[in-house]
Amino acid sequence: MDTTATAPARRRMTPRQRRRLARGIQYAVVIAVVAVLAAVADWGRIAESFFQLDIAAAMFPAVWTSFWNTIVYTVLAFVFGMVVGVPIALMRVSSFAPYRWFATGYVEVFRGLPALLVLFLVGFGVPQAFPGIQYPGGVYGQVAIGLGLTSSAYIAESVRAGIQAVPKGQVEAARSLGMSHTRTMITVVLPQALRIVVPPLTNELVMLTKDSSLVFVLGVTTATMELSKFARNELTDSANATPLLVGGLLYLLLTIPLGLLARRLEHKGDAR
Amino acid sequence: MTTREAAGDAPIVRIEGLHKRFGDNEVLRGIDLEIAEGEVVCLIGPSGSGKSTLLRCVNLLEEPTEGTITAAGHDMTGPDADLDAARCDIGMVFQHFNLFSHLSILDNVAIAQRRVRKTGRAEAEAEARRLLAQVGIEGKERARPSQLSGGQQQRVAIARALAMKPRLMLFDEPTSALDPELVGEVLSVMKGLAAEGMTMLVVTHEMAFAREVADRVLFLDGGVIVEQGPPAEVLTDPKTERARSFLHRVLHPVD
Ligand SMILES: Nc1ncnc2c1ncn2[C@@H]1O[C@H](COP(=O)(O)OP(=O)(O)OP(=O)(O)O)[C@@H](O)[C@H]1O
Ligand SMILES: [Mg+2]
Repeated sequence: MDTTATAPARRRMTPRQRRRLARGIQYAVVIAVVAVLAAVADWGRIAESFFQLDIAAAMFPAVWTSFWNTIVYTVLAFVFGMVVGVPIALMRVSSFAPYRWFATGYVEVFRGLPALLVLFLVGFGVPQAFPGIQYPGGVYGQVAIGLGLTSSAYIAESVRAGIQAVPKGQVEAARSLGMSHTRTMITVVLPQALRIVVPPLTNELVMLTKDSSLVFVLGVTTATMELSKFARNELTDSANATPLLVGGLLYLLLTIPLGLLARRLEHKGDAR
Repeated sequence: MTTREAAGDAPIVRIEGLHKRFGDNEVLRGIDLEIAEGEVVCLIGPSGSGKSTLLRCVNLLEEPTEGTITAAGHDMTGPDADLDAARCDIGMVFQHFNLFSHLSILDNVAIAQRRVRKTGRAEAEAEARRLLAQVGIEGKERARPSQLSGGQQQRVAIARALAMKPRLMLFDEPTSALDPELVGEVLSVMKGLAAEGMTMLVVTHEMAFAREVADRVLFLDGGVIVEQGPPAEVLTDPKTERARSFLHRVLHPVD
């Protein structure tokens, strides 16, 4: 404790007292802000905009179609992302330089472009450049590719990091047993790498769930509409914001469990 | 399988004029070595002398800079060497076991038979169980490597290498990563292998093992074989000063 006469008064506080004071000030500020907001906000109006039970109830059961479509779009894009991303990751770590160049270029391009732009390219650019092209599954195919391309770049980077995290000794053991390079990758490296990247891949799934809200730009029908578009339509029809709240809650119903799962898996990874 | 016309007297390992450089660092500086079928050779020498590098050159985990190697009937350094086929006939055991961490103990031993030899599952697993029993691991088939002690893991690693029915086994300090009380169980498995007539090249600091099991001891220093001969000679009465001072340091670490 500094008790020299020249020290200014506040310097004489112990670190503990100082921490307490700082904490007290922070609480005071938070309480003040909340109090001001509560006083200023027009609660009746907010409740009217967001909590109209009859409007919320009217969204059901139709909302389930769009909820289901959100899941389908997410899963399709993720599957496409994996099917393309894993080979790209393998090319990234290949000893054959042209593979590495291609994979690096691919990742840089699709990680650098906005998902919305890629979706436009797939939905409108490609059909215009190649008239007569038909995506398998119509809008579902367009979404799988349009969102999956961006996703595949992120997945490739995660998987590459996973591959590089597999200890070298595992590869040497496999090679010393007579496994070829490819055999070693398939039997030893990839299974271990994919285990390592389950948490980042789960996060990618969360990102995709949200990015599926971009699908509306492709022009969707009632049957192919996803959650955000549905909520926005309801917003327009009812001139009320309750549908946004319902839609948001339904997103959280998907993303929060995924986030929790990712965190659980991360901790499980620590234990190993 | 390569023809073994002169199997009786042809050496199972023949190394001629082997050099290995890592950049500017010449780690092996001209190794000539022949190992006869059934021979147990222990490789000793100070840290950094190139023991691991020499061992890893035999199955081409390291590519020699210069020189020729034939091993287990395969021309390892030839222009059209089939390294994958050759490595099936050359088992290797590592200091840190390197068991496949995502596979069960049984799968660790069965996987190479199934994926490389294309043996059926039932047959490969039966063979794996037999080998696990041989190295004294029973009732752990479903366990993961991380659930086993170091000594158990190393014995599984030996079984895994044996599953390919190699003609030659390479050991790189197989007991150096083990707690002292677990060293014996691994050495006794190796002793059993030697007694069955397996050809073995063993990098080790276990002088008692070398004395008892080796037919020949090589002392490597500075990337050359400085001295070699029967263990009784090299280990008790080394001719070179370098070997003498190394052995002194190993046998009397405190003074
Ligand atoms: N992959 C590599 N790249 C560069 N240098 C290497 C590599 N592997 C080994 N070396 C070098 O080669 C030399 C010999 O290494 P090596 O592992 O063969 O020695 P060692 O006799 O097995 O030693 P130890 O008893 O410590 O295991 C060392 O100087 C080491 O730094
Ligand atoms: Mg070594």
